[in-house]
Amino acid sequence: MSEIILQIDGKEVTASEGMTVLEAAQQAGITIPTLCHHEKLDPYGGCRFCTVEAEVRGWTNFVAACLYPVANNLVVKTRSEKLNRIRKMILELLLAHAPDAFDLQDLAKEYGAKKDRFEKEASFCIHCGLCVRYCAEVKKKNAITFVDKGKTREISFIPEIASKECWSCKECFPLCPTEALQAAYVLVQALAFPSLESTPAE
Amino acid sequence: MTRINSAAELEELRQGILSKKDPDKPSIAICAGLSCLGLGNGTIISAFKEEINKQSLESKIDIVTTGCHGFCEKGPIVVINPEEICYLEVKPEDVPEIISQTVIEKKVIDRLVYTDPNSGEKATHMAEIPFYKNQMRVLLGNNSKINPKCIDDYLMIGGYSALAKALFEMSPVQVLEEVKIANLRGRGGGGFPAGRKWETTRNAPNEEKYVIVNAHEGEPGAYMDRALFQANPHSVLEGLIIGAYAIGSHQGFIYTRHDTPELRKNLDIALAQAEEYGLLGENILGSGFNFKVEVHFDVGIFVSGESSALMRSIEGKAPEPKPKYIRTSVNGIWDRPSNLNNVETWANVPQIISKGSEWYNSIGTDRSKGTKLISLSGHVCNSTIVEVPMGTSLKEIVYDFGGGIPNGKRLKAIHLGGPMGGTIPESLIDNPLDFDVLAKLGASMGAGDILVMDEGTCLVELARYFIDFLSGESCGKCVPCREGIRQMQNILTNMTKGKGREGDIELMEELAEVMGAAALCSLGRSVQNPLLSMLRYFRDEFEAHVKEKRCPAHSCKEAAIEGV
Repeated sequence: MSEIILQIDGKEVTASEGMTVLEAAQQAGITIPTLCHHEKLDPYGGCRFCTVEAEVRGWTNFVAACLYPVANNLVVKTRSEKLNRIRKMILELLLAHAPDAFDLQDLAKEYGAKKDRFEKEASFCIHCGLCVRYCAEVKKKNAITFVDKGKTREISFIPEIASKECWSCKECFPLCPTEALQAAYVLVQALAFPSLESTPAE
Repeated sequence: MTRINSAAELEELRQGILSKKDPDKPSIAICAGLSCLGLGNGTIISAFKEEINKQSLESKIDIVTTGCHGFCEKGPIVVINPEEICYLEVKPEDVPEIISQTVIEKKVIDRLVYTDPNSGEKATHMAEIPFYKNQMRVLLGNNSKINPKCIDDYLMIGGYSALAKALFEMSPVQVLEEVKIANLRGRGGGGFPAGRKWETTRNAPNEEKYVIVNAHEGEPGAYMDRALFQANPHSVLEGLIIGAYAIGSHQGFIYTRHDTPELRKNLDIALAQAEEYGLLGENILGSGFNFKVEVHFDVGIFVSGESSALMRSIEGKAPEPKPKYIRTSVNGIWDRPSNLNNVETWANVPQIISKGSEWYNSIGTDRSKGTKLISLSGHVCNSTIVEVPMGTSLKEIVYDFGGGIPNGKRLKAIHLGGPMGGTIPESLIDNPLDFDVLAKLGASMGAGDILVMDEGTCLVELARYFIDFLSGESCGKCVPCREGIRQMQNILTNMTKGKGREGDIELMEELAEVMGAAALCSLGRSVQNPLLSMLRYFRDEFEAHVKEKRCPAHSCKEAAIEGV
């Protein structure tokens, strides 16, 4: 693997080919904030919270650091006024769903995001996809998936798979930054396999 | 059908088809485009068949069911050849008279021909009707002459001769250069130079390369690609094969909608007939060049027309866009170089190869060459498809071809490019149809769909309509697009109900900035364009909704709290 030299926040950073900007930054001790990223999972690029400014041949693009490949002479800025505005807005949009999520609250303090900028939405889910991707990529069970599209997209357990696999696993539960996943599980359990677990979910 | 093994055999076959045709034999071309079918052309076609049967004229008169002629507003359209007498708004009861008077007696039936609404002048032949006369029908002109289900009809008018020219007289690089010099720009919305895109795929380091026809056409108000593809599928297919030859691809895909059964039927027939003649498959026309085509269907979501989503859909996955940090022309279907162009772009290719890049460059403006298909809808007399040279003024399109605004109302604005395009006010419609001019105005050529709006149209409501559409047609993966659309939809819906709040417009502008910069794909990054163009030209209308709870167009009934 050939060596690649790029610049992140004014600092020269060495990376190897095939790495993403996020990986190169982490290796150099530079923090780029993320929401949907997880080291055990493939980069997803859904939350856009890791958006950074990448300058190639004089052109600045806003790109997701978790997906953008490193290249020689690439100049990356992880902080700017516009990036702060983008991250603040992303948090405010998500806080409309999950105003009490701890991860979001911590970041909201840092970026000055208000939790009541938008009216409260019914679903807690912030669509980070951690549960869906963990079940598919690590457990290889696909017991939970996204259904529907656009603004009606939601997570949903597949009853036939969930009734066989989930009761002894539940490894996705701690990954969920909100309570949406647990709610979805309780729902599928109550509807599809109430008798399998004798004690109700606590 | 026998295989054609050389350019000479192709010409021989063409001459053979021509010699079997009696040029004086009457033939009745009936438009079976979607609009005419909707207007009851099915019954017209069976009425003609019945009448011809009744009079035992089967051997003396041909019936050709063709694709869309344009001028849909005046459908069903019937053309009597060889005289090219054009009858509009034909009803089944007119059929016996058409047969006896026009086809046999060669007399024109006055009440069925075109009458100019202003001068009262009549026009008997298709070419004399101002609607057709003033267009430049390079791509659509053959629609009324051929049966899309019959490859011989296409061969008869010189079809596939551009392919033969490319394969036997030009090297792949020469074909590529010709398209580059012609300055053909993508017709799907982006306006990216097709030749440069082809070159990227050609030079990408992978032996296996793909070429794709994007026939998804999901924008509300865009229906030109379907009209062209359904009426003349071989013109698109010929362009695709030529492109594959230039790029070095042996596998093509056609990606289209699952809900257009008529197009699907014509495509299946076209592919099968082309293969039988040896125009597809192994050793095309005996040239040694191999190329196959597969047809794929969408699952019914607008975003699958976006290039990376489309390619994932062809791979058999959910049509979710993928970030294009490496372009799809290098890294597309199954990570292989994949060149995607839309229907109209491909259909231009045989024209460029036959007539040369110089001819192509003589049409259009400085940086937008050739003709453009436009589909007109909204408050316009003729909701229809026209083909005009680039550079034609928007005013001519709306008034000369569209016939102006019905019901004596005034034009307020036109919207181009659907839910990712932009609106421009009446005061700017002297501007030309040109990729770069429109982009500067904050609109976009889009696929060539123009929505005409009269003075009674509320732009807040229009902005709400487009956002509403996208709320169900985006994939929902990334936060800026999914949540941005959700909140914009809430705000705009409230505005139209007289519940807008101070600061709403500024909040939407903040959202627009974030969506434009941070969304994952080009759909998410252009969702805000219609709104931004409307705020640029009609901000006062949005402010009236918020501050005065008033709809200046008198359209939002619930907003009409005071003063209306």
